This record gives sequence, structure tokens and C-alpha cells, in this order.
Amino acid sequence: MSTDMMSKETRDADLGAPVLKIEKLCTWFDTREGTARAVDGVDLELYEGEILGLVGESGSGKSVTGYSVMGLIDPPGRIAGGRILLDGRDLTRLSEEEHRRVRGKDIAMIFQDPSMTLNPTLRIETQMIEAVRAHEACSTAQARRRAKDALDMVGIPSPEERLRAYPFELSGGMRQRVAIAIALLNKPRLIIADEPTTALDVSIQSQIIYELQTLCRETGTAMIWVTHDLAVVAGMADRLAVMYAGRIVEVGTTKEVIEQPGHPYTRGLMGSVPMHETRGRRLARIPGATPSLLHLPQGCSFRERCALADKACTRMPELAQHHQAQSIRCWHPGETDR
Amino acid sequence: MQAFIVNRILQSLIVVLVMTLLVFAGLFVIGDPVQMLVSPDATDIEKEAVRQSLGLDQSFVVQYLSFMRDALHGDLGNSFLTGAPAMDLILKRMPATFELVICAMILATGIGLPLGILAGLRPEARSSKTIMAGSILGFSLPNFWVALVLIMIFAVGLGWVPASGRGETVQIGPIAVSFLTLDGLHHLILPALTLSLTKMALIIRVARAATREVAGQEYIKFARAKGLRKNRIVGVHLLKNIMVPLITVIGLEFGRTAAFAVVTETIFSWPGMGKLLIDSILTLDRPVVVAYLLLMVVFLVFLNLVVDLAYLWLDPAAREKGRD
Repeated sequence: MSTDMMSKETRDADLGAPVLKIEKLCTWFDTREGTARAVDGVDLELYEGEILGLVGESGSGKSVTGYSVMGLIDPPGRIAGGRILLDGRDLTRLSEEEHRRVRGKDIAMIFQDPSMTLNPTLRIETQMIEAVRAHEACSTAQARRRAKDALDMVGIPSPEERLRAYPFELSGGMRQRVAIAIALLNKPRLIIADEPTTALDVSIQSQIIYELQTLCRETGTAMIWVTHDLAVVAGMADRLAVMYAGRIVEVGTTKEVIEQPGHPYTRGLMGSVPMHETRGRRLARIPGATPSLLHLPQGCSFRERCALADKACTRMPELAQHHQAQSIRCWHPGETDR
Repeated sequence: MQAFIVNRILQSLIVVLVMTLLVFAGLFVIGDPVQMLVSPDATDIEKEAVRQSLGLDQSFVVQYLSFMRDALHGDLGNSFLTGAPAMDLILKRMPATFELVICAMILATGIGLPLGILAGLRPEARSSKTIMAGSILGFSLPNFWVALVLIMIFAVGLGWVPASGRGETVQIGPIAVSFLTLDGLHHLILPALTLSLTKMALIIRVARAATREVAGQEYIKFARAKGLRKNRIVGVHLLKNIMVPLITVIGLEFGRTAAFAVVTETIFSWPGMGKLLIDSILTLDRPVVVAYLLLMVVFLVFLNLVVDLAYLWLDPAAREKGRD
């Protein structure tokens, strides 16, 4: 984890232009009760070969951020503002057909439950060949060869047989490997992995994590790993971004965020992860429940659950640099509980 | 797979057996066909002679057993009325009905399936709501009324197509068909359309419900994330998954329509089996009715088998289970 040691400036210099740059992204859902601002002014940057852990509870907007980048936000959702720059090209301005050409080619996505993502009525080869041919005019035989190579790459034994199989004939871990192979088929610049290991056995989890990490390093593919589980990403991500109620509340290198979490919410998350040191003790719990996106408190969205909250918190704090690469959206960054 | 088919055939035989008993008993209690056959001023002796010649003086059990014995030899009896073999009467009328019903089902599926998918993909759109309102109409309007209105508009008012009959036919082997001549097609279109409306409405609703369910599945989202074109997502990923419920509806509706296209055939004077059935019921021509219903039971059972096989073809997981 050499990137952890670098300051933001040296990293920028080393890695050149970011693969993905999200600027003030707003993805809103118009509901009968009002507008739910699922993503509300998110900024993110991602460099070649970098793995970013996007952490948050359900409803924090982490998945919606992923879907926004993919261009898979359906009504009543809409991208209400901001820019999503992939290698400098603004995805929010693309037509549907232009966006389709980006999806699965430059940006690939891996979903949570591998038993749901593969079409049960189609053979693996059908689902892989079509993914190649959607973006390139090549023969079925060529596409099939690429599919076989991709299965090989993700460590699937006897890929020739697996190609002929239907999804139900494969185990959960195998299916997720197939999904990963599909994501890698067109050598994307960026992979968005939406809790790709949550539905898997723990032993398979770590294998898949290790393999994805290695593949990203080897191919230079950048990856956003969306998860609610801090423990999963802590071991693999270069940087972490913590989301709460549609906003990023803390971002920094994994080392910074894990060792010196600055936002009270991040500290709460850390406290609720079972670790060696907390063994035998009751796990800390963040008081209260996630607020409804329709009825967020004025100012800092977290203040009603925060022990540090005071008068200052009735105004929304900015995401401000706290320590080298670490930025925090809090009026009391780094302060411990009073 | 073979075990499955054998199993189904055995089950079917039991169904057919039970049906013969039910139909036979039903018609036995309904009335006395002899009253319909002899002249009103016939003497009791004459009536008794007719009764004996038709074997109607025997007990129910004896009649049933002798019917079954003949049936096992492929003889379903002769019409009381004309003396012709009941089977021949039915088979002669069958092609006309099947032609009509197949056309109706093609219309119903060809129009209903795309409309249903459309309505399912965009449930909130105004076009979808129009489609659904139309399907309610298709459901609720009675066939005979639709038939009469269509005749009034297209046959009487506009004079585009004839109101009745089968028109010019072409002989293919032993079967006469209308759809190969322009005149036959003209005759076919109105009754086929009439017959298709309720099926179309049903297919629209089933297709819409299935589409809504499948469209929300993760694998559709994954297919989009792969960057597939919309045609491929809808035409392959979605279609293959909504076909399972649709095959059931299409298969069973096909059977029901073929067996009971009576009203439409009567209004359009289409010389099909339905007309024959109604006439035979009115004259208590028991052999024809029994033969007809038996034939339909066998046909429906066969159709069910085809539907089941279609499932296996569509759903690879079910295929695997069937193999064990």
C-alpha cells in the first residue's frame, strides 16, 4: 500500500490525469412527497489502477453514485447537476446511444448478488459473446475466444465447459467470477463493484477480493468498490470515501481514514466493526436511525445523531482538507466525544 | 425426459377415461334421443324398434362398456341422425376450425405480445394506459356483439369483406384451407379478428405483468450495464423470461378456442366443428357429442403436454430437474 504514504500532491504528479472525475454530482429522485436528494454534490477522483472504497449505510447514496456513473438512473431519478468526467469526457451530456457505447466498454459494473445478475435462461457463452459484440464488430468465434480467455483470467477451471453451462449449474462464487470476467471482457478503464462479495461465503469473499485487486493492479483498471462493510475495503482500497445522506463526509487514504478517522460518523462506523481489540466488549453503535432523505435536518445531516453537535452544526460544513489527502465535512473534525 | 413424457401420457389416459364416463353419463340423463328421431305420431312399437336398433334399450353400464369396447377399436359410433361415423363428421369439419383458430391466435399473439411488453416497459406512459384500457374492452365485450359490430362496419357498411362463409379454398392433401386464396383470406379476417380479441386482451395483460416483473430483475440491469442494445435486451433477455407464463396462456387458450369457437362460427356461418357440436347437442345426437368431446379432451391433453415440453425448452433449470 505504497500510495498510502504519498501525499496528495505527489500522487497527482505521479498518476497524471484522473480516469474519473466526479464534480458536484446531484442525483435526485422526484417522489410524491418531495425530491429525495440521494446524491447531493459529490466530488470524487479516481486514478489509473486505483481502488476507491465508497462506504456508507444503505440509503447513503453510494450505490446511486455508482449507477449515476453507469448512466443507469431510471425515472423518477435524474441527474440534477454536476459533471461525470471519464478521461475528460462528460458522461452526463451523452445521448442514450453514446452512453450505451460507454457502458460495458469503458466502464463495467459488478453487482451484488451473482445469482441474480446472470440471465437464468441463457448460456454463459451467450451472455459473454453478446457483451463483446455489443461494442465491437467481430465474429462470434472471436468473441467466444475472448470470453474463454476472460474466464481463464479470473481463475475459472475448464472454461470451455463453463461456457456451455447455464448459470444455475455454477456455484455462487463461480457465478460472481463469471460476472467479473464479463466486466473485464472489454478491458474497461473503470469498474464499479457494488458490494460484489456481500452475497458470498466468507472464504470465497477473500478470494474474490484478492483476485479483483490483482486484476486491477495488472491491467491498470480503476475501481470503485461500493460497500457498507468497512472491514472488507480496509484491506484492499487505496483510498476511502465515506458517504452519509447523499454527501461525502470524509475522504482520504485508507490509512488516514482507518487510523485517524476525523468525522464522528466514520468513527461510529469504525466502532461498530468487530475487531481484535474489541473482542468481548459490546460493539459501539451509532445512536438513532438514518434520516429520511425527504426530511434531512438543516445543516449537517448527521448532527441529530452526533455527540459533538452544537450550534455551528446547524449550517452545512464544507468538505475541508484535514490532513494531507484527508478531507472531512465537519465543524469539529478529529475531536473526540465530549 | 422420456420418463416424463411416458408419465404424462399415462396421466392423460386416466383423464381421458374419466372424461368418457362423465360425458357418457351426462348425456345419458339429459334426454331421450329417440323422441327426436322418430316422427311425432310414431307408435310405441316403432319407437321401441328404433331404441333397440340403436342399442338404447340396454342398461347404462352395458351401453358404456360396449361404447368403450368399440372406442378402443377406434370406432366412436355412428351419428343417430345420419348414420355416418361420428369421427368422420368431426374430422371433416376440423380443418376449418383449426384454420380459424390458428389465425386468431397468430393475430392475438402478434398484436398482444408487443403491446403487452410495451405497456410493461413503461407502465406510466399514456400509451400504456390506453393499451390497458383497450384490453379491458377486449375482455368485457361479448364475442357475438363484437362479431355483429364488425359485420355491420366492414361487411355491410364498407363492403370490404364478406359477412359469412369460408370463400374459395385450396386443397392440401385431404385438407381444404382458405388462407391461401385472396377470397378465402377475405372471408377469414373478420371471424379470426373476432375470435382473437379476448385472447389478445389476455395476452396483453399476462405479457405486461410478466414484463414488469422481469424488467425489474437484476439480470436486466446487468444486461444494460453490459451496454447491450435495447432490442437485444427486450428481444432476448426479457422475452425469453416472460415466455414461460405466456406459453401457458397461449397454449391453453388455443385449446379452449379450438374446442369452443361455437358462437363465432355460428355468426359467420363458418363451417367448423363448433357448429356441428351445437347442432348435435340440439338433436341429442349422442355419438357425435361424445366423440367430439373425447377428441377435444385428447387434443387438450396433448396441448398441455406440448406446453410442458415448451417449459423445459425455455427454462434450463427445469430441464435439469426433469432429467433427474
